[in-house]
Amino acid sequence: MAADSALLLSLVEEFVSGQQDSKAKDTAKGVKDGQFTVLQLVEALGPCLTNSQAHTRARGVQLLSEVLLECYEELTEREVEVLIAFYENRLKDHYVIIPAVLQGLKALTKCTVLPPGSAVSMLRSLFQDVHVQSLMLAERACVYNMLINLMESREVELKGLGADFVFGFVQSMDGERDPRNLLLAFQIAKNLIRRGYNQGKFTEELFEVTSCYFPIDFSPPPNDPHGITKEELIQTLRDVLTGTPKFAEYLLPLLIEKLDSDVQSSKLDSLQTLASCVSEYEHKDLAEFLEGLWTSLRREVFQTSSEKIESAALAALTALTSCLSRSVLNSDSEDSLSAFMDLVLKDCKHHLCEPDLKLVWPSAKLLQAACSASNRASHMVTAAVMPALIEQYNSRTQCAHRRTLLEVVQRFVQSVKTCQSSDSDVNMFSDFREALCTIAFSAISESNSNLQITAASVLTSLAQQKGLLSEADIQRAVDHLCRLLLIEDDDRVSLAVVECAGTLAELHPDAFITTLIPKLKEHMFSEPMDQDREASEQNTHHALRQRCLSALAAVSTQPCVVKESTPVILQVLSSAHKGHGGFTVEEVVQACCCLQRISEKVKDTEETGRCFHDDIIPRLVALTLQATLQGESPLAQEEVLCALVPVISTSCSRLQPQLAAQTADRLVSLFLDGDVSFLPDNSLPANICLLKPQKQHDDSCSQSQLVCLLMACVCSLPKTLEVPQCDRLLLELEGLSCTSLHPLSYTSAAKCFAGLVNKRAQGDSLSLLIERTIQRVCSELDCSSSSVRTQTFTLLIWVSKALLLRYHPLTSAFTDKIFSLLDDAELGPMAADSFSLLMSDSADVLSRGCHADVRIMYRQRFFSENSHKLVQGFNAAPQEKKPNYLKALSNIVSKLPQQVQVTELPALLSLLLEALTCPDGGVQLSTLSCLQPVLINPPQTLIQQLEALVSRLLVLISSAQMNVRVASLRCIHTLSYFPVHEVLPFRARVLRALAKPLDDKKRLVRSEAVIARGEWFLLGSPGGR
Amino acid sequence: MSSVSQLENANPVIFQRSVERLLTASDEDEEIHDPIDNREIFDLIRSINDPEHPLSLEELNVVEQVRVQVDDVGSTVGVEFTPTIPHCSMATLIGLSIKVKLLRSLPQRFKIDVHITPGTHASEEAVNKQLADKERVAAALENSSLLEVVNQCLSPRGL
Repeated sequence: MAADSALLLSLVEEFVSGQQDSKAKDTAKGVKDGQFTVLQLVEALGPCLTNSQAHTRARGVQLLSEVLLECYEELTEREVEVLIAFYENRLKDHYVIIPAVLQGLKALTKCTVLPPGSAVSMLRSLFQDVHVQSLMLAERACVYNMLINLMESREVELKGLGADFVFGFVQSMDGERDPRNLLLAFQIAKNLIRRGYNQGKFTEELFEVTSCYFPIDFSPPPNDPHGITKEELIQTLRDVLTGTPKFAEYLLPLLIEKLDSDVQSSKLDSLQTLASCVSEYEHKDLAEFLEGLWTSLRREVFQTSSEKIESAALAALTALTSCLSRSVLNSDSEDSLSAFMDLVLKDCKHHLCEPDLKLVWPSAKLLQAACSASNRASHMVTAAVMPALIEQYNSRTQCAHRRTLLEVVQRFVQSVKTCQSSDSDVNMFSDFREALCTIAFSAISESNSNLQITAASVLTSLAQQKGLLSEADIQRAVDHLCRLLLIEDDDRVSLAVVECAGTLAELHPDAFITTLIPKLKEHMFSEPMDQDREASEQNTHHALRQRCLSALAAVSTQPCVVKESTPVILQVLSSAHKGHGGFTVEEVVQACCCLQRISEKVKDTEETGRCFHDDIIPRLVALTLQATLQGESPLAQEEVLCALVPVISTSCSRLQPQLAAQTADRLVSLFLDGDVSFLPDNSLPANICLLKPQKQHDDSCSQSQLVCLLMACVCSLPKTLEVPQCDRLLLELEGLSCTSLHPLSYTSAAKCFAGLVNKRAQGDSLSLLIERTIQRVCSELDCSSSSVRTQTFTLLIWVSKALLLRYHPLTSAFTDKIFSLLDDAELGPMAADSFSLLMSDSADVLSRGCHADVRIMYRQRFFSENSHKLVQGFNAAPQEKKPNYLKALSNIVSKLPQQVQVTELPALLSLLLEALTCPDGGVQLSTLSCLQPVLINPPQTLIQQLEALVSRLLVLISSAQMNVRVASLRCIHTLSYFPVHEVLPFRARVLRALAKPLDDKKRLVRSEAVIARGEWFLLGSPGGR
Repeated sequence: MSSVSQLENANPVIFQRSVERLLTASDEDEEIHDPIDNREIFDLIRSINDPEHPLSLEELNVVEQVRVQVDDVGSTVGVEFTPTIPHCSMATLIGLSIKVKLLRSLPQRFKIDVHITPGTHASEEAVNKQLADKERVAAALENSSLLEVVNQCLSPRGL
């Protein structure tokens, strides 16, 4: 014990007289460990605390405060009481002591055992004895933190202090300048307001002391260590100002005044503050300022200079209107909403009718903003505006005017949609239904394409209004759409029509089933061109079929429509197969895409599931099987088969798992056992072997290529479903992929194999399978005379990808093999290309859409585990093999997410710069595309190599490949944003070099050159950058 | 812009911006030579900022595609521009901006002629003469305050 007190005395001595700050930590540790108590410390400090030298006293108090900051949790209530009395007393002491005293008080405010009444007394003495704004930054922060702590723990007590507390706070923060402290002060003010402290007569003072910072104009210093942003300050201040309706009478005039400002950011801030404050207000708070607010908002929209401000003003108007609509009216008050709407309508409505339509858009936007606020507001607006608009439209003759008016109408209908409640019985537009329909139908019958497009969107919006259009209207709309689809060859119009048809068909399927689909069918199959007809006519017929197909795809969202539309598409395929109707391969491919779009969009119901699994897929398989056996039909073409893959894969992954399992079962037995019983066509031979490579045939049209359809099905099943006869299937697939000579066959077999391996459950059988595969692959690849090295290599890549995606531990056995092949004379370039496949998402197998096992961030993982192998390999490789490594590297890096690129690339920079000199255009291109995002925030290492970079880029702008030229020009453009002093020395040289691509033969290159050269001209020039 | 306290034409008529040029298959074909056409020249100058308003020359209808003539083979470009009001004091500046933009963006072989649409400006002839005089254009660009304004007109507009 004696030793302890001696120790304590020496610690105190060293801290106070020896000025050793570290001793405070030691003392605190002693107190924490129970070596000595706070009381003993105070006793030991006694002489210092009563010393006549202010600096010694300050040092003593500082030690005590620092210890308290560490150990405030261990104090008893009694100790706290004594300490508070001591510290309160010290507040009256010499000014050098005050910082330490405040530290101590702050520590005490964190105590949980604060005796009742002490919070109040602490604050009273604080407000009485300390003038906060003459303290230093850290001490002011200390005061604010005390207030925050006390407000957290002693809310009731502080409220007992009444308005004095608010007054004390207002005095303390009055004149605060530091943003860090302002954040704290705003937080206190927000708590004062939100937690219902009594502000007494100091509401205005509280408002004044905070609102003087509005609007915030603050830009953090460069390399800001505190991380305070302007947005943070704006948001906290906004929370204070908008917190209570009591501020309304002060805030609203302030906002009106600030809206007059020329500074864009303060306008924006005012508008956003307005929008957020009215959510708390009632109409009586707003009443006297409505006129002023409206004038300002109107001005911002009518004379807008930026879209941001315009949309903020519109949002504020919407908020204001919905505030007025929300308020409960007293019997004696007037209806402020209708008064306000009168004001709006008076100023805006007449612009809709001016002859030159000059301010029609701003006015319409204002009205629509008001309209979308509430049901009542939209009633008032539509009732006033619609008749005028309709009359205007009918009296105008110029197409441009009519189109403008029609667009305005469309926006109105759209804006009402957002606020209409579901229980409203009568539609707001029902009074205007007839007139609106007439307008829309007359516009869609015009020959002007812009009018037609706008009319289509009006029809869409009208149809989306619940219960507005009658059956007859829909029918008429469908007739119009149908007519346009059949005759109109403007791409924009047909796009709009198809879109409109898609929306309408979802809401009103019947009209489409009875009218549109039969009509389209009739025209698609109408006997097309004789051979002697002109080519242009063939083109129009082709375009017609294209439009019809895309319309069929667009309308098929409801199961009942799908039931009618898919047979039409299947009929297209079967007539193409039979050679009827003159369908080209391109049209057949399109029909397949159309089926795929349907399978993606249609609602997943039992009915559609049956339609796809029991009808469409068997028929597709039967058709392609027949086609392959005959060999002549367009359906045996590779591109058609590839277009069919997504149809089957989407339906198996998305529609009705039970039925998908059944489809998988059927297809597997077809491919393994030649079981054709489920196919609708019974003219097929009974024993066909689809998984055996046919070596004897010429392989132009091998049956084995149908394995891609099997792949589409079994690789996209949900993970819960078991693939039937999986082991046998894997064996057959492995055989096919390693022996077939037909590229589509062996690639599809390899992909199918990989897809199954990816989903196989973890375990011994999987490990055995992988071991077997790697052995077979390696032995084939190591034998340089083997005739099937390409095939085996394809299998190697796909299996690597399958394992890489699921983080399988044996992945590296496969990928290392690929790395070693980069030196291979025959397969080296292929190996380099294969990394692109490994790193990118494939569409048909091994994607999340196919329920494959894909771990997140597998690319980053692969990169970080393997990048050093590439660098080593590159350094060790003979000169002629180096391009393979560079290509592999750029393939990997270009697929990495940008954030990773930016952090990882500096390490690989020298290799990438090397890659720019590589003669291969593909390497150049992918390297440039990796470099460009890095150039936006250039790392220091890059700036050091600027000379090398610039000269290499300037060489590439005369590359033979167009996209290399474009990409290098983009990089040169980005270079102009580097720190000016770094790039300025290159200005003349770059400008000279960029003169040449200005006369490039490709327009795309020229336009990039123009942009880049323009920026380099601005660099370092007055008025530029 | 700062030199004028009062805008000369405070409320100009605003025209719609044309859509971006559509990319065609031939644009992407390495083999085909794309000639420099009117639209390409128009695309160069349509986004030039007006010295007075935060709007582009296209939005003010100062430049129009029909008033651009180009002969790629003969290497000549002619641009007519229309000041928003006949007494616009900015006409020379606008013309200079167009001229500088074209000088910076076109191959050197082109002869560039920028002038006011006939009959749309009070001192048409004087302005045309200034713009046609190589020496005076070069001298104007030596003047750093003039160059500053021109560069501002040519800076890409931030959002």
